[in-house]
Amino acid sequence: MKGILRTREFWLAVIVVAMIAATNFRSPGFASPANLAGIFNDTAMLMILALGQMAVILTRSIDLSMASNLALTGMIVALINAAYPAIPVPVLMVIAALCGLLLGAFNGALVWLLGIPAIVVTLGTLTIFRGIIFLIAGGKWVNADAMSTGFVQYTRIEVLGLPLLTWYAIVIAAAFFVMMTRTSLGRAIYAVGINPTASVYAGIDVGRTTFLAFCISGMLAGFCGYLWVSRYVIGSVEVAKGYELTIVAACVIGGISIAGGVGTVAGALLGALFLGVINVALPVINISPFWQMAISGAAIILAVALNARGDKRGGRLILRQTETAS
Amino acid sequence: MTDVTPEARHIPDRLDSPLRAAILSWPALLLVVAVGLFVANSFLSPYFLSPWSLSDATFNFTEKAIIALAMALLIISGEIDLSVAAIIALASTMMGLALQFGVGTPGLVVIGILTGLFCGMFNGFLVTRLGLPSIVVTIGTMSFFRGISFIVLGDQAFKGYPPAFGFFGQGYVWWVVSFEFVLFLVCAVLFYVLLHRTNFGRHVFVIGNNPMAARFSGVRVERVKFILFCLTGLMSGIAAVLLTSRLASTRPSIALGWELEVVTMVVLGGVSILGGSGSIPGVVIAAFIMGLVTFGLGLLNVPGIVMSIFIGALLIFVIALPIVFRMIRERRA
Repeated sequence: MKGILRTREFWLAVIVVAMIAATNFRSPGFASPANLAGIFNDTAMLMILALGQMAVILTRSIDLSMASNLALTGMIVALINAAYPAIPVPVLMVIAALCGLLLGAFNGALVWLLGIPAIVVTLGTLTIFRGIIFLIAGGKWVNADAMSTGFVQYTRIEVLGLPLLTWYAIVIAAAFFVMMTRTSLGRAIYAVGINPTASVYAGIDVGRTTFLAFCISGMLAGFCGYLWVSRYVIGSVEVAKGYELTIVAACVIGGISIAGGVGTVAGALLGALFLGVINVALPVINISPFWQMAISGAAIILAVALNARGDKRGGRLILRQTETAS
Repeated sequence: MTDVTPEARHIPDRLDSPLRAAILSWPALLLVVAVGLFVANSFLSPYFLSPWSLSDATFNFTEKAIIALAMALLIISGEIDLSVAAIIALASTMMGLALQFGVGTPGLVVIGILTGLFCGMFNGFLVTRLGLPSIVVTIGTMSFFRGISFIVLGDQAFKGYPPAFGFFGQGYVWWVVSFEFVLFLVCAVLFYVLLHRTNFGRHVFVIGNNPMAARFSGVRVERVKFILFCLTGLMSGIAAVLLTSRLASTRPSIALGWELEVVTMVVLGGVSILGGSGSIPGVVIAAFIMGLVTFGLGLLNVPGIVMSIFIGALLIFVIALPIVFRMIRERRA
């Protein structure tokens, strides 16, 4: 019990619940199960993306190209659907995931084989992927009337009272939890982030692990590409523009250290949920949606400031505490 | 700038001659690319080689380049500021607010620049006093600063800046030479002297290479970093004055996405994203390259979004090229 009280995830969950309760106080019915399910559904994609980003950040890298990857993959499956409506939607989902995987592998290969810093690689592919959308679509949009009914329905059909989109997030989160805590790949991802040198001695291929983390984030971004286009029924160059930093923000709020090695699946999910609840709650309590950006910015700064207290301050305290200098 | 991994460093038997080193240096390579782009542009479009065209070409990169100068120092010291575009938005909004209270042109300029400086101080405080990682802090302040603009402006815009204010972004000092361009060149010289000819500049390099060694050597690491954040904020404030004056209006979405373009410019200029190396001439030439690419492609009616593919590919290509060459050379040796 004492252990739980000391985790960041617990306090973040408390804050999220408190926010929901406070909003419910102002506007009764906000905390009704149906509305909460709606909020979860709205946040489902951010959760999936934050999990992918988490894998990359844990290895001391960062993937700024996720939103562009999502938009490009979304456009590809939307175009396929418009041209060949007969192709079943599950096949399109697999195509989306594979497409995203390829784009992520491209990032990962540059980081692994050439040793270019991840932030530089993904800064480049951020603009490249988005530019390619314009090329393949010729600057056009893919609208609702071009999409088949199945394509739009596969995020909306309700199973056991919850839309499929919610179920995708739940299944992916569960699979992710198992991967991060119960498989050697998951442990390797943590190890690489905590201490790359020690990882090498432990027989972990640091480059390959980073590469795989990029493949995972790419695959999830690609899958979200389908989800995004299906949910918002629009494929265009502008899809999810600027969203890459929202994904990073969700991770940071969730207590995932940008220095690598620290962070949990629950943290990433709660970080995304925190941003999701703010999005939905502000209009309900009559605060202009224009406040949303400043509030999430303040939340990020606050979250990092609070997280930093628990982090090691490598090389900072050497003059006072010589024995910790490594 | 080629030292991506520590293992890749080796000590040569004898040093290259200074001339050979200068020819093989990063700025020299960039200069070749820039001249190549210039020649290609003049062949591809008949409109390129006119003084007014070339003058217009400078407008689309000078504001970003002015920020890139300060950002280069910050990245060399091992930090980064992703909030620069948001600082522009906030500074521009503050100028617009002041305008509503009847502040004149000199007052507007002072308010714009001071807002930038305060934003930089805020970033610097969070990073150096609280010891937070700059990439995350500035992602936060990026939302925070621009968020304040959105709160103030909503979906509105500030317009009606006085005609005299228009000089900063639209005026010409002499013939086709714009005020913005001259200001950029002056800043470039100042930053060159600061980084390459002063103790402060050496401290920046030392901190980027090894903060711990820098501290043991008596460099006041935190103070230097704080000053660099202030400088970056200050230059963003200046850029905000120029951009607001050029557009003659303020919207909360002003300069959206510029932070990544500025970082691209700096990295393209040969500044190591890991800190510790880089030069101002490289950044200046990289600014010209990005200006030439976007303007040249613009003359050829290439849409802006396709240009971004070139910029992104250029970024990865110029970083990857020396690494690939070195790998081939090492394999042969």
